[in-house]
Amino acid sequence: MTDRSLGKGDPRPTVLIRGGTVVDQTGTRRADVLITQGRVAALEDRMTKPRGAMVLEAGGCVVAPGLVDLHTHLRQPGREESETIETGTRAASLGGFTAVVAMPNTEPAIDSAEAVRNVQELAATASTEVAVAGAITVGRAGERLAPMSEMAALGVRLFTDDGTGVQSAGLMRRALDYARGLGVTLAQHCEDGTLAGRGAMHEGAWSSRLGIPGLPAVAEEVMVARDIALARALGSRIHFLHLSTATSVDLVRRAKAEGVAVSAEAAPHHFSLTDGCVSGYDPAFKVNPPLRPQCDVDGVKAGLADGTIDAIATDHAPHSPELKDLPFDQAPPGMLGLQTALSLAITGLDLPLAQVLALSSWQPAAICGLDPSHGGGQGGPITAGAAANLCVIDPGATWTVEAASLASRSRNSPYLGRTLTGRVRHTVFRGEPVVIDAEVRR
Amino acid sequence: MSPFPPHLLSMDDLGTEEITEVLRVADSFAEVGRRANPKVPTLRGKAVATLFFEDSTRTRMSFETAAKRMSADVLSFAAGSSSVKKGESLRDTVETIEAIGIDSVIIRHASSGVPARVAQWVDHCAVINAGDGCHQHPTQALGDLYTVRQALGGGDPGLSRFEGMQVVIVGDIRHSRVARSQVTAYSAMGAEVTLVAPTTLLPPSLEGWPVSATSQRLDEVLPKADVVSLLRLQSERGSGEFVPTLREYTSDFGLTTRRAAMLHPGAFILHPGPIVRGVEIASDVAELPAALITDQVSNGVAVRMAVLFLLLGQGPFAGADRD
Repeated sequence: MTDRSLGKGDPRPTVLIRGGTVVDQTGTRRADVLITQGRVAALEDRMTKPRGAMVLEAGGCVVAPGLVDLHTHLRQPGREESETIETGTRAASLGGFTAVVAMPNTEPAIDSAEAVRNVQELAATASTEVAVAGAITVGRAGERLAPMSEMAALGVRLFTDDGTGVQSAGLMRRALDYARGLGVTLAQHCEDGTLAGRGAMHEGAWSSRLGIPGLPAVAEEVMVARDIALARALGSRIHFLHLSTATSVDLVRRAKAEGVAVSAEAAPHHFSLTDGCVSGYDPAFKVNPPLRPQCDVDGVKAGLADGTIDAIATDHAPHSPELKDLPFDQAPPGMLGLQTALSLAITGLDLPLAQVLALSSWQPAAICGLDPSHGGGQGGPITAGAAANLCVIDPGATWTVEAASLASRSRNSPYLGRTLTGRVRHTVFRGEPVVIDAEVRR
Repeated sequence: MSPFPPHLLSMDDLGTEEITEVLRVADSFAEVGRRANPKVPTLRGKAVATLFFEDSTRTRMSFETAAKRMSADVLSFAAGSSSVKKGESLRDTVETIEAIGIDSVIIRHASSGVPARVAQWVDHCAVINAGDGCHQHPTQALGDLYTVRQALGGGDPGLSRFEGMQVVIVGDIRHSRVARSQVTAYSAMGAEVTLVAPTTLLPPSLEGWPVSATSQRLDEVLPKADVVSLLRLQSERGSGEFVPTLREYTSDFGLTTRRAAMLHPGAFILHPGPIVRGVEIASDVAELPAALITDQVSNGVAVRMAVLFLLLGQGPFAGADRD
């Protein structure tokens, strides 16, 4: 097992992750992890370094399955000045991710087999696995169904019009019904357009004072309630993107208790920041759904703690500085999230690390069908023979978010200057160390 | 007194003492305005730019007149004629204006918060908010205070003039930057503010607003009002969708001749303009001696002179070297 010839003929190096504590869904144990040919070869308490093997030091660190982001905007094709698949997945790897779901609100939208294939080809050399999500409706226009079966044939398992919700209840019902037959999951951006209007921040005390048009919480909640009713009636599965209000979380909690097949995600900014952050009118804090008051932040945290919310998803949404220097009501919503998500969860959620990892790795992997039970190599237990998609986390390390340390093409992080606890030290993607000591290797 | 703030972005920037100081200084500049040659050298050598991204005749003219009466050089950037239309960003425009050597930039914009953002970008230029979106219009509120005090016969510009005064603000509070500034200004001076509007035209939340009451019954609050300040329906901000018809709005919230007769003899009627006769105010009512609408306009110049003086004549930028 310790012969260099193990890796013969395979360009991928033999890697020994030494001195860490392995944490996955089966539990926690002290183990060194040996990786060859893209797979975990062995776990042992103390392993001698094979000749020629690369060593990743993991003393004091946690070795975990790579993180999986259900919600990434890679902006390619169409908005390459904001992000590309290359830069976005590089940022993802720095954040500990080995897989991201690429949202289909590109230009043009990913609403056809051809568009899916294009992104899949562009992603062949990415730093993480890229699971392409398809649009529910043609052009995300909410008028007629996109060819979901053709996209599903290429491996698409998640469909969403993210950026907007499917407004018509009739069309959403038909989409859920159709998706049920394909065995794919619809993911809804819950926002009723007639209630949202031109809203640019959470409607409440701050919006009233700042004179910014408000996005009321009910704009999200009525669509959560509507879609739960539709999923219940059809026996369909639905995933809720970026839940941001305490009432939304409560609706999902009750639906789950009833046995409706719902899953949900929350974004780090919805448990880390409040609408008061907008007081200086900096569009870095403009995001959709908007930052909410503390009572909603507490509701999202409670949902993460009690299992109502299944996943932490970044909603990484790069925008160029020119766009983010527009007046608040004109600037596009969205903030970077890939490099800070795990640290914010460790810093801001009072949860055991294993639970943070469940929310960040194996639970989202199962929702988007990238886990071993769906034939994928993401989020599974770290055992001999498993795909080597791993991250090594130093849970006690502190670091300060700086613009220069962002791998994204954009700079619209709301956390610049903030000191966070917990840092990704190494990331191994398909057996290759793509991040070593918090620096990209490719 | 605490030092005058470096910028005037919101009425929240000024406390009771600073407001009193503005009114006191405005008294001396009002006197200048009555001279045959209404010009003083106070701001000679200073350069002031008006940067208006939203149409406005009266506010721009008022600021430019104020600056010229103080001998400042006045540059006028109209968004329509400058490079803003060629795609130059707001930030680039502002940095260019500052690089030219402007001492104060007076900004109006349809988006709330633009003056606050500009103040974050400039290093040695005083920013004055001349109205931003639905947020603030501080010099309008200062002019209103000055006008009310003048109508009461002048005298002490401080708390004693306004304490306990019953101020009723009527109309589209939700979309009004004037109302937001007025509420802070009147309450800082000890007046009690009542907001009267259809519930759809009140802000979604009044948490933290220093108002004593809200009402949908104008007839009930008018008899005890000392000041009634009317607001225009901001149809350009969509307020038409918030009430079924103008007729219904006027019937419930317009200051009609019948309603004006309910005011006590010492009460005043204010309106920041432009007025829509027959909607929020009857034509006859706008002509009553109690209506101070034209005084508000003329006093606006004196108050803006005071603000420019306090920001530039003695503020932190007053003697700043530019290298």
